Amino acid sequence: MAMLDLADKPETQAKGFAADKVQATAPDPVTGYRTFSLGAFRFSRDAYFATVQWPAQGQTRTHAIPADAFLRAMMRDVAWGFFYGWVNFDHVIGTRNHYGKVDMYAGAFNGVMKEAGVDYTETFETPLIMATFKAILHDWTNEGFDPFAAPEETGTAYGSKHGENSAAIERTRIATRRMPGLPDDSPLRDDLPVNRAFHDVPQDEPEIHAEPGFEGQLHAFNLFKYLSRSDVTWNPSVTSVCGQSLFCPTTEEFILPVFHGNDRVEWFVQLSDEIIWDIGDKNTGAPRARVTARAGDICAMPADIRHQGYSTKRSMLLVWENATPNLPKRYESGELKPHPVEF
Amino acid sequence: MTTAYKTVFGSLGNYRKGGIEVTQGDARHYVFSNVFEVASKAAPYERVVVGKNLEYVVETLRAEGDSPWFACAHDEFVVAMDGEVRVEFVALEQPVAEANGAVLAGQEPAGRSMGYVLLRQGHQSLLPAGCAYRFRAPAACALVLQTKLGALSVEKWAEICLH
Repeated sequence: MAMLDLADKPETQAKGFAADKVQATAPDPVTGYRTFSLGAFRFSRDAYFATVQWPAQGQTRTHAIPADAFLRAMMRDVAWGFFYGWVNFDHVIGTRNHYGKVDMYAGAFNGVMKEAGVDYTETFETPLIMATFKAILHDWTNEGFDPFAAPEETGTAYGSKHGENSAAIERTRIATRRMPGLPDDSPLRDDLPVNRAFHDVPQDEPEIHAEPGFEGQLHAFNLFKYLSRSDVTWNPSVTSVCGQSLFCPTTEEFILPVFHGNDRVEWFVQLSDEIIWDIGDKNTGAPRARVTARAGDICAMPADIRHQGYSTKRSMLLVWENATPNLPKRYESGELKPHPVEF
Repeated sequence: MTTAYKTVFGSLGNYRKGGIEVTQGDARHYVFSNVFEVASKAAPYERVVVGKNLEYVVETLRAEGDSPWFACAHDEFVVAMDGEVRVEFVALEQPVAEANGAVLAGQEPAGRSMGYVLLRQGHQSLLPAGCAYRFRAPAACALVLQTKLGALSVEKWAEICLH
């Protein structure tokens, strides 16, 4: 994830991890899955669907998401530590990060449901919602299903409870201070295999010719090689740090499992192949635009939209974030316009 | 059957720009350009801003021949997008004045040569704070820089962006 993966800013979620506060039932005798409660929300799953329930207007409201889509979305929300701004699992369910607290909402950013008053939002301390989400991921992810992988690379999420895949969920998080490969910084990926879709990506490293006395002070690496060995999809990871400016490239395949509404402007540089971005209004979800980005294209995602990417071939994307902490307030107050440049 | 994948990268001589289908709103708000197109139309080593997030920028440069010597008070990073470029470094005797973005470091900056790195497509180099650096490219190629908006940054959004 972009912001909390900075080595100098250790993940806040590790502090006071609230595993003991997770509310879960015993495994269901038929499906084998547990049901979880988080405040007034209730999460259950069966062979095909994850079902979320919440109270509104004196009734219980219910929303179902296919189990594979739900687990892919929840995997990103957990791995990113709730990321920046809004992480919409789909057009109904999602979270909003307040950096220390997190809103869970249902329908609150769906124009029709909000208008009808059937939406619900509850705010949680980050350790509690993180522990609950992690427990759900562990219980509902079966053996053979990797929620971080593209569909062609992994097995099915469906069926009754069979085994688990803790290794996929608990991948070590990489934190970068300045640039990967520097002493005391995050490692390169020479130990990981090249992804099947990047076998044609050159694996040569840059030549470094340091004069005597300056050994170790010049630093370069093959970024495209590094990305060709990424073992996950849709997971921005920091590769260079200039003040609060973070280059967070990632490899993309199939669909971004969430519809991301940022609380700030971010930029995308397409490094290889092609991604199509569906863009909607951040508050209502109404369609705004469809952006096609090919190698070399760069575009901004304004602060008042949500976006979801589609990538047929695994592609390399540079996500560029500004991690300055006070930005959400400055956009909300109107001090900063939602789009970054006037011309 | 195994699929033979072909990874498509761009270059100055071969890129295919995407586009925007607008349902509602203004295409300008996506500030959409292509770094190869921008670099192909810029002067050699003109630092054209293609991304701006408050004081931070992404710049595109066409590397062709020798660049001037640049210096910067903070770290910058360069990614070679195609071709081949050599980056030479000098450890400056005089510290760089505190400023955002790169500055020119003169014809022959005083200091010891630190050596050079040779970058090809997809290679990334650190441009460490306080050093002078210059690019040397025998054939034209495109670079992307991560830095702050500075005196050498050129903004010409209306020329480069879809609208």
